[in-house]
Amino acid sequence: MASASDRPASRHRDGGRAQWHSPAMTRRIRRRYLGDRLFRAAGLAALTAAGLFLLLLVGNIAWQARTGFFQTELRLEVAIPADVAAGETPGSPGFGAAVDAYPWRSVALSALRERFGADSRGDLASLRGLISRGGAAVALRAAVRDDPTLIGRRATLWLPASEPADQWAKDRDAATALSERQVGWLESFAAAGDLKTHFNGRFFATGNSRDPALAGIGGAVIGSFLTLLVTLAVAFPIGVFTAIYLEEFAPQNRITDFIEVNINNLAAVPSIVFGLLGLQVFLNTFGMPRSAPVVGGLTLALMTLPTIIISGRAALKAVPNSIRDAALGLGASRTQVVLHHVLPAAMPGMLTGTIIGMAQALGETAPLLMIGMVAFIVEVPASFTEAATVLPVQIYMWAELPEAAYRAKTAAGISVLLIFLISMNALAVYLRNRFETK
Amino acid sequence: MTAETTKQPTPAAPAPAPSDLSTAADRPDVKMSARDVHVHYGDTHAIKGVTMNVNAREVTALIGPSGCGKSTFLRCFNRMNDTVASARVDGEILLDTQDIHAPEIDVVQLRARVGMVFQKPNPFPKSIYDNVAYGPRIHGLVRNRADLDEVVETSLQKAGLWDEVSDRLEVPGTSLSGGQQQRLCIARAIAVNPEVILMDEPCSALDPIATARIEELIEDLRQRYAIVVVTHSMQQAARISQRTAFFHLGHLVEYGETGALFTSPQQEKTKDYITGRYG
Repeated sequence: MASASDRPASRHRDGGRAQWHSPAMTRRIRRRYLGDRLFRAAGLAALTAAGLFLLLLVGNIAWQARTGFFQTELRLEVAIPADVAAGETPGSPGFGAAVDAYPWRSVALSALRERFGADSRGDLASLRGLISRGGAAVALRAAVRDDPTLIGRRATLWLPASEPADQWAKDRDAATALSERQVGWLESFAAAGDLKTHFNGRFFATGNSRDPALAGIGGAVIGSFLTLLVTLAVAFPIGVFTAIYLEEFAPQNRITDFIEVNINNLAAVPSIVFGLLGLQVFLNTFGMPRSAPVVGGLTLALMTLPTIIISGRAALKAVPNSIRDAALGLGASRTQVVLHHVLPAAMPGMLTGTIIGMAQALGETAPLLMIGMVAFIVEVPASFTEAATVLPVQIYMWAELPEAAYRAKTAAGISVLLIFLISMNALAVYLRNRFETK
Repeated sequence: MTAETTKQPTPAAPAPAPSDLSTAADRPDVKMSARDVHVHYGDTHAIKGVTMNVNAREVTALIGPSGCGKSTFLRCFNRMNDTVASARVDGEILLDTQDIHAPEIDVVQLRARVGMVFQKPNPFPKSIYDNVAYGPRIHGLVRNRADLDEVVETSLQKAGLWDEVSDRLEVPGTSLSGGQQQRLCIARAIAVNPEVILMDEPCSALDPIATARIEELIEDLRQRYAIVVVTHSMQQAARISQRTAFFHLGHLVEYGETGALFTSPQQEKTKDYITGRYG
């Protein structure tokens, strides 16, 4: 037993007794410990890498989104002309229409002219570049609608700044498209305390707009909500009943196997294919409205169904057979067994699968492009058949626009989408714990 | 009770039991009877022509080595084999005077009349109360909550569990100990007031103390029900049963009064098995 190399042979000669304290054994133990440490270190390294990537992603989006939730406004003393709604009583429909139709942008422009006394054509263009095109009109309109007594008087109002002015206010050192003149004016606003950057609540209430000061995610949020509602209402019952039938009632034969294989395959079909299907079936054949949440919801329901069926079947399979036997042995019918015992026990798993499927649907863009949900929608949708867009499509559309403000809005939209996804997953975890029977 | 011993020739050539062909149809003390029962699982011939009676107010023990078909045979009595897609049961099984495979027999009702307790305690993941109340509820055996309360209480009392759980009927049945769970399952089975109780190795997952309690309980229950128990333990069969049937490879080798079967087995195979020479 001089060297390690003849150890196996000698073990046989010893009648198989192991040499627990030999140097070779000690070396083997050391190697094993080293192996253990390396294996654990590899796992930890992978976890760290995954964590870092996640942090990078979320950090990057949050950093870019930080300005997207804020909007700069300028305080101006505005003379509201007396002829805004001549002859209309405040509160009447005619009054509202007249206020809406009034050229408010020129009112805002004259307020600026008054403040800085600029007269030349170039000066006017520069002044116009300070305030948001649509935003100023929206702010003035809202002020007059709220308080009709302002008509014919002077009022001090906050008006949204234009996109370049907004960018300048958020980061004064960055390169700017503004002229020195314009920067000078903005500095005078700031010095007088008439410039502020505040949290942009309107971002969550409005639809898309060509004016970054007005563009909001609200329309897309409502569109996503309506779409997912349709998806849930269609996919959940169909998915659950399919899973129950296949798992609890279907005879074991070729047809069942064939259906099973195809459901599993459907789960792997690229989502754009479902979009094409939706386009052909719902829009072309059934003539349903283009861009509508009901069509988007149905299309996404087709996409989500396999996920729900597969997770539902897994949840049903996980219910121990002893429970079924117990109920059958007491004289419960097959349906009673399923409704009273199997389904309650499988519900947490089914709900988890459904919510994961819904989260997938929430983040889906491709099939919705096919059915026209990529349209430019200003109005917040109020029903299932109105044109709408959804969160990921809105993000996609903003990401294509060149203005810096839209870059921030893109990131802000992504943050909103991520918050939705995290809340849905949290809900899945909560439901699983809530319904899990002890 | 006369010591009637069903003798059978060698397993290779099964034949109907010669000595006793009277069935539940013409003998009031016979609760259930099986006549030439065969069970196939796919290509496997699991039970090969078994004929035997189960007497009322007696415990009948089914013993035999693992895989001999005693559990399969037990599951014929309440048609639990129906739930196995590949299983096929041939032959005649009578409950009192009626064939349980007759078309007018509702299998759901049959299982209420012939209750079952399983090897592994399998309470529903619901409260103790709901476990016991489930059977009466689905069969509409009670009219109101007070009736139901009473059924739950008497069932738990008969199962010897009432004193231990009367103050916590709302806790999940699965939180009880193994022995308590098994008594809960027995209470659940007797809550629907069955005529026969089938028990498939009811003590094999329990410790000796819990086993002793279940055995006492079986002795009590015998006063009211016909009981068929599958057991691996010959001592247990000897302690609790009045009649014992020895199964081997799907054949009923010997069936008779428990005392006689253990002291003077008629068949060589039975003798070998109970003396521990094989099995």
